[in-house]
Amino acid sequence: MLTSDYDPACLPDLLPLYYRRLFPYSQYFRWLSYGGASKNYFQNREFSFTLKDDIYVRYQSFSTQSELEKEMQKMNPYKIDIGAVYSHRPSQHNTVKSGTFQALEKELVFDIDMTDYDDVRSCCSAADICSKCWTLMTIAIRILDRALRDDFGFQHLLWVYSGRRGVHCWVCDEAARKLSVAARSAVAEYLSLVKGGEETVKKVVLSDPIHPFISQSLIVVEHYFPQYAVVEQDLLSSKASVDKVLSLVPDDILHYKISVKELLNIYQTEKNPMKRWEQLCRYAVQQKRTSSKKGAQYFDKEIMLQYCYPRLDVNVSKGVNHLLKSPFSVHPKTGRISVPIDLKNLDKFDPFEVPTISLICEELDKPLTAEEEDVKDKESETESGERRKIRDYKHTSLAKYVKLFDHFLDAMARSRKGEMLKKSGLFSLDKHDPPIHIDDDPAKCVNLLSHVSLSHYRHKDDAVFIRFSLD
Amino acid sequence: MASARRGSEQCDGEERGQARRGVNMLKMVENLGVSYVKTTEQYRKKLHSEFSGLGFPHKEEADDSNSSKNQAGPTEYEKRRKDHISHFILRLAYCQTEDLRRWFIQQEMDLFRYRFSELPSKYKTDFLHKNNLKYDTMSVEEKNHLKDQLINSSYSVSGSTVAEQDFYKVPFQDALDLVRTRKVYLKAGYAYIPHQDIVAIVLNDFRTRLSKALALTARSLPAVQSDERLQPLLNHLSHAYVGQDYSIQKNIGKVSLEQIDPLSAKSFPLCMRQLHKALRENHHLRHGGRMQYGLFLKGIGLTLDQAMQFWRSEFVKGKVDADKFDKAYAYSIRHMFGKEGKRTDYTPYSCMKVILSNPPSQGDFHGCPFRHSDPELLKQKLQSYKLSPGGIMQILDLVKGMHYQLACQKYFELTHNIDDAGFSLNHPNQYFMESQKLLGGGKEVKKEVEVSQRGPENTPSNGPDVPSTRQKSSTQAVDDMGDLDSYFIDE
Repeated sequence: MLTSDYDPACLPDLLPLYYRRLFPYSQYFRWLSYGGASKNYFQNREFSFTLKDDIYVRYQSFSTQSELEKEMQKMNPYKIDIGAVYSHRPSQHNTVKSGTFQALEKELVFDIDMTDYDDVRSCCSAADICSKCWTLMTIAIRILDRALRDDFGFQHLLWVYSGRRGVHCWVCDEAARKLSVAARSAVAEYLSLVKGGEETVKKVVLSDPIHPFISQSLIVVEHYFPQYAVVEQDLLSSKASVDKVLSLVPDDILHYKISVKELLNIYQTEKNPMKRWEQLCRYAVQQKRTSSKKGAQYFDKEIMLQYCYPRLDVNVSKGVNHLLKSPFSVHPKTGRISVPIDLKNLDKFDPFEVPTISLICEELDKPLTAEEEDVKDKESETESGERRKIRDYKHTSLAKYVKLFDHFLDAMARSRKGEMLKKSGLFSLDKHDPPIHIDDDPAKCVNLLSHVSLSHYRHKDDAVFIRFSLD
Repeated sequence: MASARRGSEQCDGEERGQARRGVNMLKMVENLGVSYVKTTEQYRKKLHSEFSGLGFPHKEEADDSNSSKNQAGPTEYEKRRKDHISHFILRLAYCQTEDLRRWFIQQEMDLFRYRFSELPSKYKTDFLHKNNLKYDTMSVEEKNHLKDQLINSSYSVSGSTVAEQDFYKVPFQDALDLVRTRKVYLKAGYAYIPHQDIVAIVLNDFRTRLSKALALTARSLPAVQSDERLQPLLNHLSHAYVGQDYSIQKNIGKVSLEQIDPLSAKSFPLCMRQLHKALRENHHLRHGGRMQYGLFLKGIGLTLDQAMQFWRSEFVKGKVDADKFDKAYAYSIRHMFGKEGKRTDYTPYSCMKVILSNPPSQGDFHGCPFRHSDPELLKQKLQSYKLSPGGIMQILDLVKGMHYQLACQKYFELTHNIDDAGFSLNHPNQYFMESQKLLGGGKEVKKEVEVSQRGPENTPSNGPDVPSTRQKSSTQAVDDMGDLDSYFIDE
């Protein structure tokens, strides 16, 4: 319904409005500055703009928030990508000696794209998605989010809807940003279970013992599988889909021929898909008891994983210098804004409810007069204009997503504060202790300040953000 | 290196010999790594016998005891000295490009893994301490608490051994190989590594150090390269691994677009035949496929203009219109020919690269069909190409034993009706050239001419691996390299 509101032809008219009045610059700048922890972190970051007619402009970089604002308002990019933090300013990459310009750091990113699930979706294909197959993204987020937090110990994960058919994850912990290429690919491979291309039928093979990571992931898959795959995707309804599932039963297990034949016999009379699935699982249990061959007894689990387990684009995660579409960038085809996803309400997230650029621009009510006003603002410059921008997005459906982004940034600022206290040696904080709010307790604060010298104030939104150094 | 120098003439000779043997050894490590699973007993035995043959030290034993036992052969000290010399010369030779560094590190890692695994447990612990690799061990309570997870994370841990075993708590970044393969329990960013898997950490550290050292060495290259005694040696050595460079322009313009369809059935290796078929059917290939196939076509002689025409005419039959093609794909084709970006003239992928890097995923048709297909599908495909059932069985057996290149060679022999291909296959473009040679080459006889010009001592059997331009300086070395191929065949 809502997509019909958006007409790609209007994009050139809407973008100036979006970038002038709605784009959350201050949060964006706050994010990519990471508390100013290391020098030139924002300044050496690569941005890439995609302009009209697919013209790519790579190696953009900006020294301040206002420079970024000005440039975005001037270029009105159809799409914004974020790259790595380089050794030098990317805009000057041609002026430094070749070989010395190098990508140093970047968030660890993951890109999950619905097109990679085409062989296991019956509802849509290619770029199309519907609420049925969106469950695959929900499963992917649940599995990866848990593993990245529990197994790898990362805390600051920003999940973002890509605007069309997938999701992105930005792991923003300092340790994640500093990972080497080898480490990134190791993480991505640890998280990959579905392997093989068009010439592979069976893409998941489990072996004994089942690694805790896989057991944990199976808990998630088993939760969604019956309703999603068996009921909604008609996994065992038609002859074709039944054949496809049974082709995944390995042929070297004992009684294979018999069990598949028996299953087919039973399926002659048993038409209820759920009952059919239960029947299949019963055979798997039987195999576990009778099969002498190790590893062949997990075929029910393997089927579930092949149909539901997240399919990562490993190459995106591996490279430090790989570009990924920025949060709050517009998707030129759908007009939807790339917005953060609230994991607390993940099951309720509906990609079709994500606001389009046309919707939020309309919500600004009477865009024409507003534009005129804006010109006036520009003349008077400074703070009033800044405040207006904040007020502007708050009037639109974008507000709740910016708020999510704010929460994410606050959490990061809090743990930075905790880290710094820890480094200062005044508190021994464990990683898992709640961060200390020195501003919560005036006495503590005074006590602290008597020990440290105050050398730096950071962003105004970071409340009391102090860089400590021991006397 | 300097201390080993007794007079430049003689020493250059010694160093050259050592370095060459070093390359031989690493090539052998590489070949065995492709043919065997690296942890198997078979792999270890094979490596062991090859090392003794090459006269390299293969056991960490006390020098004295060994030399007294074994008076006849070179002493352990002597062997190690040679090993060190060859290692450091190879560092110089292989620090020059990213590709060379990656290859060198990979082979040195495999070699290191083997040597470390041969050490007795006590020496392993000593080694850790000497190299400052100290990690926390898990407490008993911790172990009890995580018992199930530990058991399920590693093949080497069982319920009865978990209590006695030491587990090290290590940041996951230090145990990447174990993390990658999910052979270790991970919690909150720490890997819990059983004592016998500690080699993974040591390897990781070794990789980091070697990679740093190579980067440093690369910086001092200009000075080294001005030394006329060293420069030819280094260049020769670093080329030894790449084998023939199939991007050389000599083939250019020798194939017409109309020939591709018939050629794909007659003379393309299976991987390229598969890509060609997928392209014709889907009018599209994803990036991995375009690279693998596009560079192969470049290697058999398509010009940039031809390639552009070829890809465009196929893509526009599908969902891509000419305009979109020019915007989204033309660039990458020019890039392949070194006309964009870094302007690197990319070389066609070798079998090793196709087999080991960038495995295909959903929607991909690239990769090695012998490595990346389900055996059942492979069987059907071979049947549809009218191979004899017996031949198919042979191929599937080779695939099962993970001898993918040998399987491909078998496929070559069967499709060309010969008993013995007489070459050892390691490049898709080599497959094509050999096939053309056998089939009389049609219009492209020039490759035969090329080979026959090389003189009688180089029979075509090890000819194709050897670039003719590099022969003049060191025929001896060339023969060494040729012999390496026997490691492929005689298993």
